[in-house]
Amino acid sequence: MAGKMQPKKTIVSKKNPMPAQDPCQRSKNFDEVALGYQEDTVIAEAKRCLDCKNAPCRQGCPVEVDIPAFIKLAAQGDFGGAIQKIKETNAMPAICGRVCPQESQCEKFCTLGKKHEPVAIGRIERFCADWELASGGLAQKVAPPTGKKVAIVGSGPAGLTCAADLAKAGHKVTVFEALHVAGGVLMYGIPEFRLPKQVVQAEVENLKKLGVEIKVNAVVGKFTTVDELLNGAGFNAVFIGTGAGLPYFMKIPGENACGVYSANEFLTRTNLMKAYRYPENDTPIRVGKKVAVLGGGNVAMDSARTALRLGAEESWIVYRRSANELPARHEEVEHAAEEGVKFAFLTSPTRIIYDDNYWVTGMECLRYELGEPDSSGRRSPVPIPGTEFVMDVDTVVVAIGQGPNPLVPRTTSGLNVNKKGNIVAEPATGATSKPGVYAGGDIVTGAATVILAMGAGRTAAKAMQSYLSPGDQSR
Amino acid sequence: MYRIIKKEVLAPTLSLIEIQAPLVAGKAKAGQFIILRVEEGGERIPLTIADFDREKGTITCVFQEVGKTTKQLGTLEEGDGIEDFVGPLGLPTHIKDYGSVVCVGGGVGVAPIYPIARAMKEAGNEVIGIIGARNKEILFWEDRMRAACTELRVATDDGSYGRHGFVTDLLKEAIEEKKGLGLCIAIGPLPMMRAVTNLTREYGLKTMVSLNSIMVDGTGMCGCCRVTVGGETKFACVDGPEFDGHLVDFEEMARRSVIYKPMEQLALERYLNEPEHKCCCGRGGGK
Repeated sequence: MAGKMQPKKTIVSKKNPMPAQDPCQRSKNFDEVALGYQEDTVIAEAKRCLDCKNAPCRQGCPVEVDIPAFIKLAAQGDFGGAIQKIKETNAMPAICGRVCPQESQCEKFCTLGKKHEPVAIGRIERFCADWELASGGLAQKVAPPTGKKVAIVGSGPAGLTCAADLAKAGHKVTVFEALHVAGGVLMYGIPEFRLPKQVVQAEVENLKKLGVEIKVNAVVGKFTTVDELLNGAGFNAVFIGTGAGLPYFMKIPGENACGVYSANEFLTRTNLMKAYRYPENDTPIRVGKKVAVLGGGNVAMDSARTALRLGAEESWIVYRRSANELPARHEEVEHAAEEGVKFAFLTSPTRIIYDDNYWVTGMECLRYELGEPDSSGRRSPVPIPGTEFVMDVDTVVVAIGQGPNPLVPRTTSGLNVNKKGNIVAEPATGATSKPGVYAGGDIVTGAATVILAMGAGRTAAKAMQSYLSPGDQSR
Repeated sequence: MYRIIKKEVLAPTLSLIEIQAPLVAGKAKAGQFIILRVEEGGERIPLTIADFDREKGTITCVFQEVGKTTKQLGTLEEGDGIEDFVGPLGLPTHIKDYGSVVCVGGGVGVAPIYPIARAMKEAGNEVIGIIGARNKEILFWEDRMRAACTELRVATDDGSYGRHGFVTDLLKEAIEEKKGLGLCIAIGPLPMMRAVTNLTREYGLKTMVSLNSIMVDGTGMCGCCRVTVGGETKFACVDGPEFDGHLVDFEEMARRSVIYKPMEQLALERYLNEPEHKCCCGRGGGK
């Protein structure tokens, strides 16, 4: 392997460490955990890239960022060039650099990673994006107006990406957001300590500079419908990116007791409403001394870490499989453990116990063991009869997943949905069963990642561009 | 900003505001609600729609000042703005010709029952209105209700106006007088709605109640407003706010509605102790 490389290249086996807040300190504040590289470290990290010819990293990126090219520019200290390269295919790198699961995407395929640690592609991306935000944002090219109007329903990662691409192509884009601020899950779901809201709003501001109009407090399915947008309101096409806005519960007794939250509620109160600033901010949240978070994904990790920051003495991840099956990003699991989150693996609750005032006082659980692999390829959890025990907790956060919010599908005529309620859309185009209506992100796939939603927004934007301007081959 | 174009103080801690929100007004129907946020940093609170004017593009809400947010809302005057205002949310009342319908409004619940009574009468029903309050001073909209209903009966707890007694007393009489009522709709404080459902259950009279659960987003995303109805978990924001009162677990609902009571009390005290909390724009508060 070393023989193929230019002789002057010396291999640096390990990634440059990401500076981070001390775990003891950070578990008590909501400031960003990962502090970001400095200019010298980012150049050093970029120089670790072998610049291999086949660039396998690119195939791991859902939006096919030209990774070798931007890393080369970063290695030369040309961060403006690097960010421009990234932005050719990724509209929101400051976000992706922070929340993408790089270990299962670009970095998974890195040639260097076969024998050593892969290049820290995400960290370099983040540095370049932050560099751009700090310098006020680069001018972005917008095509002359086409006279076509596009409505984007939902301002999460899918909607914002789709909006950016279509606005750049010269279409008049209006984004409808149900909440009082744009960003969707980036604002209400992902915590401040992982993705500062200022970063999200900076990306939203960039979008406005492209001429995108954002209407907040606008619930499509209520004040208007997709049908009306297409017919009365004169939109030529609609993209639906309404996300996974329907929390699943365990359907076990006691789940409506006081002190049981869906992860969506727990995180929305904290992130969107800034309950951690209560009473300066008005929205309260109640976190007891011992918190159990049910689930093993990123949302569960976010909830468990949030609980500690809100003052819980103990915060437990209760997961019915083992550590190997945790679906969360490695880094999030590590960060959670460093901060003192505890893990109860092979454990799942059977009922929530509450007192006369309906407040949670405990949670009865069963032990599990791993059986045969299930349809997801992971070994399925099998309960062990007779192993009931009571976990002493006073707060329970249910983070076992979210389904598609039905408001838009239910009010749109001719829109096919599957059994789970997800909108059926062609993977290659995002086209739905309704002409002129496209969809992407969690509303189509079920709860997934930010970058996959962005990829879907981009894919749909391309197809919508052809739909809106059939003769235009410029893109 | 959503402008308050009219304000009426109905009683010392009871106000009506009419808000310019044409997109909400264009679609609002009886039984639905809105969510508002007074200012940046404020909480999102749901208020049931008391009236709407599609031509003027306005929504009317009546609220009682109980916590910090409603107290703050009470300081706003005509011309002031509200930061956020979203709706119409929830499912509208199922309006159809039931023959005869009894609409019961207790306390501030008189406001949301009004458009329902009006719509029921327009749909061809005989509408018996029953409204009540603790005393004469906080009883409002008798005139509007009288116009909206076929007949109206009024009670006050202390006997200072109308019948001395509770709305349930008047309801019992109405049920016994008017055999064959098709539906009862009751909106008011939880104990009142509970009492109404206990009464109508005896008579087998189907009763819808409007649940004012604690909410955050109001679009089914957070699940904060969940309530057990007929043994199943429902979200008041998207499956309601109206449910069959005979199936609602009122005990659970009551417990869940006071989850944040100690914190709300703290916020209120803090607000009332702020020297500048009543600045002319109504947006003061230590920012």
